[in-house]
Amino acid sequence: MIKQRGFPFHILVFILPGLLIYTLFSAWPLLDTLLLSFFEESGDQRVYSGLANYRLVLTDPDLSAGFWNALGNNGVFFLVHVLVQNPIGLLLAALLSLRNLRGVRTYRTLIFMPTLLSVVIIGFIWQLILSPLWGVSETLLGYVGLESLFDAWLGKESSALLTLALISVWQFVGIPMMLIYASLLAIPDELLDAAHVDGASPLRTFWQIKLPLIAPTLGLVTILTFIGNFNAFDLIYAVKGALAGPNFSTDILGTYFYRTFFGFQSSLGSSTLGATVATLMFLIILAGVALYFYGVQRRLQRYPM
Amino acid sequence: MNSNLQRGINTSLIHLVLGLYTLVALFPIFLILVNALKTRKGIFNDPLALPTTDTLSFEGFQKVFSQSDFLLYFSNSLIVTLVALFFVLLLGAMASWALSEYRFPGRRILTLFMAMGIMVPIRLGTVSILELMVSLELVNTRTALILVYIAQGLPLAIFILTEYMAQIPKELKEAARCDDVSEYRLFFQVVLPLTRPAIATVAVFTMIPIWNDLWFPLILAPGEGTRTLTLGVQQFIGQYVTDWNSVLASLTLAVIPVLVLYLFFSRQLIRGLTAGAVK
Repeated sequence: MIKQRGFPFHILVFILPGLLIYTLFSAWPLLDTLLLSFFEESGDQRVYSGLANYRLVLTDPDLSAGFWNALGNNGVFFLVHVLVQNPIGLLLAALLSLRNLRGVRTYRTLIFMPTLLSVVIIGFIWQLILSPLWGVSETLLGYVGLESLFDAWLGKESSALLTLALISVWQFVGIPMMLIYASLLAIPDELLDAAHVDGASPLRTFWQIKLPLIAPTLGLVTILTFIGNFNAFDLIYAVKGALAGPNFSTDILGTYFYRTFFGFQSSLGSSTLGATVATLMFLIILAGVALYFYGVQRRLQRYPM
Repeated sequence: MNSNLQRGINTSLIHLVLGLYTLVALFPIFLILVNALKTRKGIFNDPLALPTTDTLSFEGFQKVFSQSDFLLYFSNSLIVTLVALFFVLLLGAMASWALSEYRFPGRRILTLFMAMGIMVPIRLGTVSILELMVSLELVNTRTALILVYIAQGLPLAIFILTEYMAQIPKELKEAARCDDVSEYRLFFQVVLPLTRPAIATVAVFTMIPIWNDLWFPLILAPGEGTRTLTLGVQQFIGQYVTDWNSVLASLTLAVIPVLVLYLFFSRQLIRGLTAGAVK
């Protein structure tokens, strides 16, 4: 028997509470921030100012240097992740997915552990370990005869950013490892058996069969890293403070956004300029995501597995 | 060439690489935990040694508990994380059910709208979120954090749960409907229990970023009374930089709860990350 039902209130009851909170505290603020970037404060009021904020952040002789510096540093930060984190993740995943290897569960559980800890805590831990005062790193390097290499890496303008990026790599390598590991496990055994029967060496099987098959996952890992990196803040703030020293050499967009919004030292913070920086970060992330979807992901051949 | 021998060498090499990297991953954490239990002298004289009867000391922990409101920070973090988590799971599951089960106009757009939050970090809306919280008079309350974290957690929760709920066999739902069960009871008594494995995964993914976050506590609730653990430790260390005992002890106290939780939930987490590929 088919019952004639009235207006489906239950759908509203199911969907509205979540939708409301998400809209009010995530989607709307984001949109509002984008809009706010076209205004400037004048007395108590906000007046429409077109692209003036963007001109200020991007081209003003005094202000724009900070933005371009942060963007450049953020680029380096991301590049280090792509060049170090993802290859290490790939190597670990490739080893973990080998058949008949014992202790896989233990390895992957332990290697993933740092990823769970707060970035702030990780920052402090490494600050202590790399501190010349404590000398742990020096002692450890001494065991392999490389004592002379040690330096106050976190304190030097030339090496602070790289060191922080590597700390971040150390913490997050578990994520690419797990995602790549899962896609390696999803490769059908028949394919690998066929390669084995044809006499392909394990190394050749990896380069010519496994790697092409997991290419979409590598793309996904890269875009996730990109979003995470261009939105990072906690690590730099914990280790270097909002000023991202020495001499702004570790300043990335997250810390630059924070300073623009809240001010630092003598310069006052500005909501509208903060909104402008946030919007630029949004556009950068959007561009990355778009490039990934239209440029990379679509062109990657997907093999049915 | 003896291929058994060759294989043995290969296997050992693989274990060597994995073992070395595991050491690299764990050693820094181990070093902090060990030195937190030592006297200042012990920390500096031989950082790599385990505490001995000579160097064993809890002075760092005593100081942390007497100089900071550590237990308050801890309970703030716990309250914020658990309440936000509860609502992400409940509201997320409800919305996922609606989006996966019912056909109604605007369903696809709504699904897309919610999924947007996965790609776009909520932090970028901070300027407006702060203004909104100021006008709602919610600054320096745990409620502000909870609301933001619910909004932050919902998109991924809905994304995962919608996929999962779409796979619930039709027969089960139809059987319940034939018994004239209301849609609410169908959801709470049939669908929700069936979704438990996916909910566990979502719970772990939601919980970690909330517990670890520094950004929103720093901006929305920096006051002494509402400080979360991550913010509290960050500020405490800022004040006592040179007091190594206290710094090490506070880091240890921040690490331990996460490690304990991980012991319980690592399987769920890893299964979620690897999307079922791992048995």
